[in-house]
Formats: sequence, structure tokens, C-alpha cells
Amino acid sequence: MANTLLLTIEREYFERVKRKSFIISTILVPVVMILLMLAPAFFMFFNKSELKKIQVVDYTGVVAQRLEGNDEVAFEVATASVDSLRNNEDAGMILVIGKDAVSDPTHDITLLSRGSVSMMTDAFITRQIEGAIEDVRLETYNIPDIKKIMENVQADVTMTTVRIDREEDQETSTELSYFLSLTMDMLLYMFILIYGQMVMTSIIEEKNNRVLELVVSSVKPFQLMFGKIAGVGLVAITQILLWAVLIGTVISIATPFLTPESMGQDVPIEMMSAVSQFTDPGFLLSLLVYTILFFIGGFLFYSSIYAAIGSAVSNIQDASQLSSIATMPVIIGIVGSMAILSDPDSTLAFWVSIIPFTSPMGMMARLPYGVPGWEMALSLVLLYISFVFMIWLCAKIYRVGIFMHGKKPNFIEIIRWARYK
Amino acid sequence: MDNILTAEHITKDFTNHRALDDVSVEVPRGKVYGLLGPNGAGKTTLIRIINHITAPDSGLVTFNGHQLTTDDVCRIGYLPEERGLYKKMKVGEQAIFFARLKGLSRAEATSRLKEWFERMEISDWWNKKVEELSKGMAQKVQFIVTVLHRPELLIFDEPFSGFDPINASILKREILKLRDEGSTIIFSTHNMSSVEELCDNITLINRSHNILSGSVGEVRERFADNRYLLTYRGDTRRLFEATDRIGARAEVGDCDKMGNQTASLWIGNAGEKRELISAVNEAVDVCTFEQFIPSMDDIFVAAVKANEQEMGR
Repeated sequence: MANTLLLTIEREYFERVKRKSFIISTILVPVVMILLMLAPAFFMFFNKSELKKIQVVDYTGVVAQRLEGNDEVAFEVATASVDSLRNNEDAGMILVIGKDAVSDPTHDITLLSRGSVSMMTDAFITRQIEGAIEDVRLETYNIPDIKKIMENVQADVTMTTVRIDREEDQETSTELSYFLSLTMDMLLYMFILIYGQMVMTSIIEEKNNRVLELVVSSVKPFQLMFGKIAGVGLVAITQILLWAVLIGTVISIATPFLTPESMGQDVPIEMMSAVSQFTDPGFLLSLLVYTILFFIGGFLFYSSIYAAIGSAVSNIQDASQLSSIATMPVIIGIVGSMAILSDPDSTLAFWVSIIPFTSPMGMMARLPYGVPGWEMALSLVLLYISFVFMIWLCAKIYRVGIFMHGKKPNFIEIIRWARYK
Repeated sequence: MDNILTAEHITKDFTNHRALDDVSVEVPRGKVYGLLGPNGAGKTTLIRIINHITAPDSGLVTFNGHQLTTDDVCRIGYLPEERGLYKKMKVGEQAIFFARLKGLSRAEATSRLKEWFERMEISDWWNKKVEELSKGMAQKVQFIVTVLHRPELLIFDEPFSGFDPINASILKREILKLRDEGSTIIFSTHNMSSVEELCDNITLINRSHNILSGSVGEVRERFADNRYLLTYRGDTRRLFEATDRIGARAEVGDCDKMGNQTASLWIGNAGEKRELISAVNEAVDVCTFEQFIPSMDDIFVAAVKANEQEMGR
């Protein structure tokens, strides 16, 4: 009867892929993501037009001329008194620098503003005054070429981390690993939650449609449940591939226009060199393969729990409470991963990435740092074995649950269903 | 007798109650078999066991002489009481899906469906989504889905609920036609008039027990209990005197529409029928005299009541 399983997967897959909501979300998500990526540059562009003029009333007589403005802020040495500026609506902001500002900059410096001042502007002005006062102070030492000396003294450090516990010494980048771990964990979290709950809601829908009895008269409940999980899983893969292609296309078209300046942020040089370190194809390939294996394993494991929950309840409201059974371990896994990020080789990291409930999240976090092969194998084997057990248990619950209508069952009752013949 | 399906000593327990307790049925090939019983008696559980949807705790179901297996479900067509279809799917596409589940190829399913859609006059629904159909329309589609793979055994659970009289009679016609073409039909209902029209054999289930089984004629005779119905004009006192004299019992009912008095008469055994007629004829002016044939409704109520009393004791 493998044929009926294929048919169920086929129906589930094509019904979903043909839906308008699928097509819309597939197109919309990359658009939203790209908009989010472009947002900083976008806001920067519009903020430029707003030039803030600042009248500087300087009682020290040495600070004001050293202040340098930028695209957003322009300093002007005030020609009027503070009181008259205060009364002049068009004067803009007024910066008052007291006469003791050089010796004691913690007092006596005040910014008078009409309206709120953004954190960025505040920080910029403070930095300018700091620079000016430092310059003034340095000059009082009367050392020739002091500015040049200071520039020579300043040091920018880039450190390379090399792991020597491998067969080959391997350059690693902690920043990039951290970044990768975090991103992949979040992606996995969303993946399990979104598509796992899709399995759950679709079962509730089928149950409420009362179509199930007709279906299970030809398909074994186990096959129906597995067909649904596999169908939704394929939909997920399709959607993610489409997103990757869409985002990839847009980025490759847009890259020439997206220079670091236009993005409004500096790409740290450390990050750039780290990326080049990560181009070892063997490492990348194993990273990709393991990621896929853990995504699939995690999805199968959790969506069988979601399927059992969906079968046990009659509406989405009832499901939300029970679905914490599935959501809690995922969140624990994410929290555990945060601990892993601070120390990837700790005992906690080991257990979080071995125990099936949290292992997909744990391993995702550890993967970029490199994990011993046997731990990886053990974790994967345990995950897939427990998936088989979980789907067997959940299918037993599912088989009974789909015919239960009305009162929401409690956890004990649901477990009891598993014992029905 | 050639039985297409037998269920032997089926027992099924749920957490708080026993849904079926040692229930046995034998369904003869080529007949319409009625599975009757009040709500909650266990009919649907039995039907699910026959459909291989749930397994009994003990007992055996045989199909064509061998134990029922998963492969047999392709030769069974089932119309559940809880009717539903995938709302977002198109009618034709959906019917093809269910037909393929029962082992038909896509091409075969399509050609048979076109035929059936024409026969039921619903060809223009092919590309409609199920959510656009009325309840009655959806039921027609479900009926077609049930019979499309030409199953040997058809199981209808409350098939007439939700149908208007016109469509119900179309459905009855189709069911009888399927029987004449050689299919065996089990149908579960508490609508007794349809039982009288369609069924050859019945089983009555009450409180998880099989309390009555047999052919419709047999069962009727068993419940006929030598009762006669009389309408008359004249002195009721004289009627009682006459029945007392020959040892029969009379019970007077209401007047009928013609203004005649009605009465029910019981005699000990059928042999004294002529005596009863002549005694009554002498006493009053007889309008009609007929043997009482219990309706399935009466039998249903009587059997359930008797069973309840027995259980109570």
C-alpha cells in the first residue's frame, strides 16, 4: 500500500503549492527581507536632508573653532548672547560651553534644544567636544608634533585564531562562527515552528472538515500522518529553495549598487578576512550536509508531536495550550544554544547537542565551531531513532484522536489513547 | 448461505465504556443489510471495524471467507455518517484522488467519473471547489466517490440524512440498482421507513449488544403476535362480551377519520381467527378487519424496550 502513501504526499504537496497564500508568502517574504536589508540605507538617505544647525556659545574661546560638523550637524559660532538666542525661534539648537569646560568637562556643557535630540546626534556632538578638549589639553603640554606622535601610537589589532587540535591546523573566526551559529539557530527555530504548526493546523482543519473518516477508510492513519508531514516538509523545502533563488537573484543584481557606504555601515575588516577563511570547500560542504540533516531530523521529530496534538483537539484555540509541549523543548534548545555560544566545548554544550529534544538546536549552534565526528554521528543517530519512536507513538495517538470531537482531552488522556488497540 | 462478510464475537472497549460486547453479524452476498439501533448503540464502531479503520479488542472479521486485511478495503466502499470533503479542492480533482486511493488509475477514474457525473446530472460541477457546493450537492459527490471503484461491499452510514426527498429517492434508486448489479450493501440507519423499503436482512444493536437479527419477513412475523385491527360501528359493550366469550382480548382506540371506532384484538393462536371474525361480526357492524403487520418502527421500539427491561433486571 505504498501507493496510497505517495498519493497522500502528492495531494498534500500540490494542494499547498497551488494555494494563493503559498504563492503570496513565497514572493512576499524575500521582498520584506530585502526591504529590511535596504532600510538602513533608505533612512540614511532621507535623514541627510535634515541639517541641524547648532549655535555654539563658547566661554572658553578655544573649543568652538575646533568643532567639525558633518552631513547632519553644522556648528556655528554664536554672535548673540544665550538669552537672545533662547528667545529667537529660528536659532535652532544652542550649545553652551562654560568657561571651565576644558578643566572639568563633566559640568558646564549644555545643549539647549527645541524638541528631542536623537541618540546619534547627541553622541556625535559629545564626541566632537571630547576631541576638541583633548586637542586643547594636548597643546598645553607644548610638545612639538604631538598630533603625529599620537597617530603613530594608536594600534589596531586583528587576531587570528588557529585550532591546533585538528589534523590540520585550521584558522577559525570566532566572530563569524558566532554570527553563523546564531543565524542558523534562529532559522531552525522558525523552520520548526512555522512548518510544524502548519502540519498541526492542517490536521485540525481536516478533522473539522470531517473528511478524515473517508480518507482513513482507504489510507492507514500512520500513512496519512506521515504523508502529511512529508508533504509539508517538501513544501518547506520548495519554499526555502524559491526564497534562496529569489533573494540570490535580487542580491546579485543589486550588489553593484550596495557599497558599504550606501548600506550606511562599515563592514569590519575582521569580518571580511573571516569570510575568506571560511571558504574551505570541504568544511563548507560538511557544514551544509549536517545542517540539512539536522533541519530535516528536527522537523520530522517535532512535526510528529505537532501532528499528535493537532489530532487530539478540535480547534486551534485548544491547540495553543497543548502545543507548548512541542514549543518548550525548542525554546530550551535555543536557550541552551546561547550557553553553547559562550563556551562551545563545555559539558552543557555536549548534552544539549546530544539529547534528541534539543540536539537540532544545540548542534546548529556548535556546527560552525567544529564538532568531533563521533559526537555528530551519535547525535544524528539518536535524533533519527527518536524520530522513529516519536512518530510511532504519535501515530497511535493520532489514530484515536482524529475521531474524538468535543471536549479538549488532557495530557494523561492523550497518553492513554496510545494504548488502544 | 454465502456470506460476503461475517463478524464473530466482536468486543471493543474504550476508556469509560464497552462500545461492542460480543457482537456477531453475517451479511449474505447480494442483499441489502440494515444495521439498526439507537444513537450511541455502537453501529459506527462496528462499521469502522468492518472498514479496517479500528481494530477490535477481540473477535474476528472475515471478508469473502478469509480474515479481513488492508488489501480488502479496495473492494469496500464506505460513505461515513460524518460527511466531509477537502473544502479547497476542486470537485473533479478530489474525486480522482479518492478513486486513486482505492486503486484506480487516473485515466480510469476520470472516465468513470465523467459517466457518473452525467448520470447524476452534475457535470458542470467538475471544476467547482467543494466549499462552493451546498450540503446536498456535496453528498452527491460523496456518493459517487463511494461507489466509483465498483466495490463488492458498500457501506452507507445514515445515507439519507441531509437529502431532500427528491435526491433521497434518486439515492434509493441507485442503491437498489447497485444491489441488482451484484453489490452487497450494508446500511446503518435509524430511519425505519427506509429499512422497510430497502432491506432484506437486519441486525438491531442496542447498548453494545446484538439484540435482534434475521430477514425482514422473519423478524416481522416474530413480532406480529396474532394481533388484528378492527374498525366498526355499534355498541362497544357487545364487542367486549363477544371477545370475552371466545377468550380473546380487545382494546378500544380512537375514532378514525370516517367516524368509525377502532380496536385492537388479540387471540391466543392463529387457528381461532375465523371464530373471532364471526363473533365480532355478530356483535357489531364491522367496517374493516385486518391482520396487524408491525412496522419496523414498532419492532425497533418493542425490541429496544424489551432489551432495556432485561438489562434493568
